[in-house]
Amino acid sequence: MTGWYAVFRKEVAHFFVSPIAYSIIAIFTVISGFFFWANISMLSILSLQAASNPMYAQRINLTNVVIRPVAGTMSIVLLLLMPLITMRLFAEEKRSGTMELIQTYPIGDMGVLAGKFLASLFVLAVMLAATGCFPLFLIILGKPDPGTLIGCYLGLLLMGAAFMALGAFISSLTENQIVAAVVSFGVALLLWVISYLSSFSGEAAGAVLKQLSILERLESFQKGVLSLGDISYFVLFSAFFLFLTLRSLEVHRWRG
Amino acid sequence: MRVAILAHPEPEPDLTNQYISVKGVGSEITLEGEFPVIEVERLTKYYGRLAAIHDVNFRVESGEIVGFLGPNGAGKTTTMRILTCFSPASAGTARILGMDVREHSLGIRKKLGYLPENVPLYDWMRVKGYLDFVARAKGVPAAQRPGELERVANEAGVDQVMGRIIRTLSKGYRQRVGLAQALIGDPPILILDEPTIGLDPRQIREIRQLIKGFSQNRTVILSTHILPEVSQICDRVIIINRGSIVAEDTPANLIRSEGKATRSQIVVRRPESEVRELLSGLPGVLSLQVQTPSSQDETSLTVEAAPDIDIRPVLARAVTEKGWDLLELRALHASLEDVFIDLVTQESEAEVAGDETSGKEAAA
Repeated sequence: MTGWYAVFRKEVAHFFVSPIAYSIIAIFTVISGFFFWANISMLSILSLQAASNPMYAQRINLTNVVIRPVAGTMSIVLLLLMPLITMRLFAEEKRSGTMELIQTYPIGDMGVLAGKFLASLFVLAVMLAATGCFPLFLIILGKPDPGTLIGCYLGLLLMGAAFMALGAFISSLTENQIVAAVVSFGVALLLWVISYLSSFSGEAAGAVLKQLSILERLESFQKGVLSLGDISYFVLFSAFFLFLTLRSLEVHRWRG
Repeated sequence: MRVAILAHPEPEPDLTNQYISVKGVGSEITLEGEFPVIEVERLTKYYGRLAAIHDVNFRVESGEIVGFLGPNGAGKTTTMRILTCFSPASAGTARILGMDVREHSLGIRKKLGYLPENVPLYDWMRVKGYLDFVARAKGVPAAQRPGELERVANEAGVDQVMGRIIRTLSKGYRQRVGLAQALIGDPPILILDEPTIGLDPRQIREIRQLIKGFSQNRTVILSTHILPEVSQICDRVIIINRGSIVAEDTPANLIRSEGKATRSQIVVRRPESEVRELLSGLPGVLSLQVQTPSSQDETSLTVEAAPDIDIRPVLARAVTEKGWDLLELRALHASLEDVFIDLVTQESEAEVAGDETSGKEAAA
């Protein structure tokens, strides 16, 4: 495990030496910023309308009109961008042959995986931190519900970590980065929308599908509710795919 | 299973109790003891149903430079990958410094420097950054890292290019960076897979010089299919073909013992037909070949004779007894190339015969 930090440093360096991290972070903040601005503008129009309708005004607040919709949009943008961060984690090294060399250093597969996974989490953390000016604005200009803000960010971070683990696993299965990105995106999207099926499928199956859905879990975070079930869902999701990645690295050795 | 093993730090074998001692520090590590540095027994590796190597046995003693020789696809890389703990074997054991590659993988990896075929490097990194990464990955303590980088940079001759991006380096320098990477942490064993492949003759000579330099206090295994390389740098040669070892000795002994025939060249002032008639009747002569620049009255022949006798006195006596002029007589030394080709083709012929019978067995 001891060598994980060397791998972590190398991976972070690769993200930030190349334009990968910058372009992903820039696109993420621009799109999130666009929706933040749009929702703030919407809030001001709705507030004007609400001035003449007190019943309506009760439902108009920062949480409902700005924080939750923007967090929802950010999670979708994350879903789109995560595969681009994880696609190269293992696929690139397998193709270039550096994986063979790194697997003969005294690190251990666990250390290699830890370094790579934490490096992609680091990029995610920088992405989320770059949007930190949104809540800052809200705190200066209004009175947002701190619980909702924390819940939204924690939800994004945990969901991002889960997608990273999924992406790392899929990247470890192939030497082709495009394949890794497409498959990671597809699987993540399916897990995202799987709850749509719950209304058509039987009662028992529907309940299971609802439990598996990322969207359902994320919504409770966005309400500012931190439940053990939701947190463990994402933690176990990540752990499961990290475990599979370790197996996959071992398979790479056997085939080597 | 693997998770449990990795979660706990792997216990290092107690070296003092295993008849082995590590003396000195830094580059002066010498290994003593009853263990061979590398000991391979009945090593077998299957890819699917195909055996890449089958029942391979060999030992490498401390301080040796061993050349792994074989045609492409013979199993050289597979064997090296097992020794470097990259890939597990299907059967058999491999022990390095007395440690089994299965049980003490991390311990062994600290003692090994490995240069894979085609030198995989991170193209986007600068040489210095890359070597720093390797030093960290190999667990070189922070205080020793700058000194270690300087040492390997000098030893591998990359000190001039430390600031360059690896992508921009020439092939020769890439190879040197690959060697520098293997030398980090001062491992007592180096495993080099085709270290001179794809280089120009001058670069090949430079890399060979470097490898000779490294081998002062290290055990080196290198694979190659360039034959002069082996006779130039290796103390011992292991010839591997189709996944099995077909010969193992010093280059000189191999040439002596494995050669099918000794060859001599003889030049006589006499028409070809007469010389042929005389020489082919001599005991021990296996075959005669005419050399091209035979002039009208001079005949130049290559005589192949049984390997256990010196045919030269017999030839000389026969010619002089006839009263002919003996112009030239010399022994032609077999090259490692002859031995190699002999061994590899013999094997294939045997294999073909074997395949036919095994094919019938499989069908039945």
